[in-house]
Amino acid sequence: MSASVLYDAPGPKAVVRNRIYAVVGSLALLALVVVAVVRLSAKGDLDYAMWDIFNYAGIRQNIAEAVLATLKAFGLAAVGSLVLGVVLVVGRLSDHKPVRWVATAFIELFRSIPLLITIYAVWIGFLADYSMWALALGLSIYNGCVQAEVLRAGVNAVPRGQREAAYALGMSKTQVMVSVLMPQAVRAMLPTIISQLVVTLKDTSLGFIILYPELLQTARLIASNTQVNGQYPYVSTIVVIGTIYVAMCLLLSALATWIEKRGRRAKTGIAVSAAAPVSGDGPGSAPASDGADGPDVAPAATN
Amino acid sequence: MNVLLDHFAEFRDGFIGTVEITAVSSVIALVLGLLLAGFRVSPVPPLRFFGTAWVTLLRNTPLTLLFLVFFFVVPEIFFPGMSPFLLGSLALGFYTASFVCEAVRSGISTVPLGQAEAARSIGMSFTQTLSLIVLPQATRTVIPPLSSIFIALTKNSAIAGAFSVAELFGWQKLMSEDGYDIVPVFLWVALGYLIVTFAMSGLFRLLERRMEVAR
Repeated sequence: MSASVLYDAPGPKAVVRNRIYAVVGSLALLALVVVAVVRLSAKGDLDYAMWDIFNYAGIRQNIAEAVLATLKAFGLAAVGSLVLGVVLVVGRLSDHKPVRWVATAFIELFRSIPLLITIYAVWIGFLADYSMWALALGLSIYNGCVQAEVLRAGVNAVPRGQREAAYALGMSKTQVMVSVLMPQAVRAMLPTIISQLVVTLKDTSLGFIILYPELLQTARLIASNTQVNGQYPYVSTIVVIGTIYVAMCLLLSALATWIEKRGRRAKTGIAVSAAAPVSGDGPGSAPASDGADGPDVAPAATN
Repeated sequence: MNVLLDHFAEFRDGFIGTVEITAVSSVIALVLGLLLAGFRVSPVPPLRFFGTAWVTLLRNTPLTLLFLVFFFVVPEIFFPGMSPFLLGSLALGFYTASFVCEAVRSGISTVPLGQAEAARSIGMSFTQTLSLIVLPQATRTVIPPLSSIFIALTKNSAIAGAFSVAELFGWQKLMSEDGYDIVPVFLWVALGYLIVTFAMSGLFRLLERRMEVAR
């Protein structure tokens, strides 16, 4: 239902009323902004000196390194989660019961535990001196499980005739999977896979908690090591670095939407899934995974 | 010797903390999400814009960043001295509200057109149409996505533990700093979260069954 079904085309009275609402709403928002600005400048957070720190070469260098560190962790985690996702989905769709059980148990266990708990355990338990690898490994495990579920939905969405035809031609199980099912599953699920990659990028911020010097940890370090007029520039660093981070995530989301639109235009093959709403950290729930019988009910990457 | 038996009181407090912050921020997210969904379909353009901006921005913000904003920037502007629990629930609630909003909005679009048309033709206003006719019927389709959103919220609440809110991740951190082996600690914490998430998905499944209609 389009939004306009919910209300009539406004008549003269309604136009006036809507304008009043619009003005009042905008004024309320504006008041909020003004209060924020006034309070911040009263605390000295908007002083020129507070924002001047970003002109220092050293701080720019720090931020550039932090962007690189975030991208490095993201790259490792993206590759790791996709590889693990493929391995797990092959395991889960295997004909051998024990393999299937192990893969299913692994997926269900790590998907239902908060990512932070996993990352922290990996960091403390195994990789205490290598926070980047701990972060990448934790992200790979969790997102690998999610990607496996996404791919499973994709494989199940491939029309049965494809598989039967491939077997009828005498292809082996591996051949059917590699050259018939997977390519179609990946193509159908590409928007969802990229949405999940956005989640992975967002979750690299958990490196903050295991002291990996990514963007947010760097923000904290800069703010707590630089003193301007006897104050620590938390507000300005969080605003600047937060903007960089959000811009990176928005770019990747835009890519997902673009690929989805492109996929919808091409009318061949099976339906392309919607770029699922990127929520916190992946299909949140175990029950969500059960409805894996088509791209429409693909585990919506929620949270 | 045994982590859980030695520190059961702290574990219990952590578990209760997780349940509390989940409950409080779920309420915030639900109320705010419904409001935002109403904004996004409303006839007033600035409200629509506000809803869209909120959803686009918050959905692409890392939750840790939002926590930083709430703990370092917000107290500079409003109500300095809010408790970490409240700040954490607000951050989590605001973040999740954007997902709730999208779920509700897609639920609204599954209600047959004729319903809203009929409501309008008997002279109902936008608010009446939405709250009396469309939203009650959208509830049934919104429940399954809401279930996974709130389970995700439970898992995200772990981040609040890193910002000095007493909950299960805080316990894990405390125990590993006390020198306990991480593996049993990890398993107990995982169990704690599993209890909360299973209870939640059970609750939602119950709701779903209650709302089911024969078609």
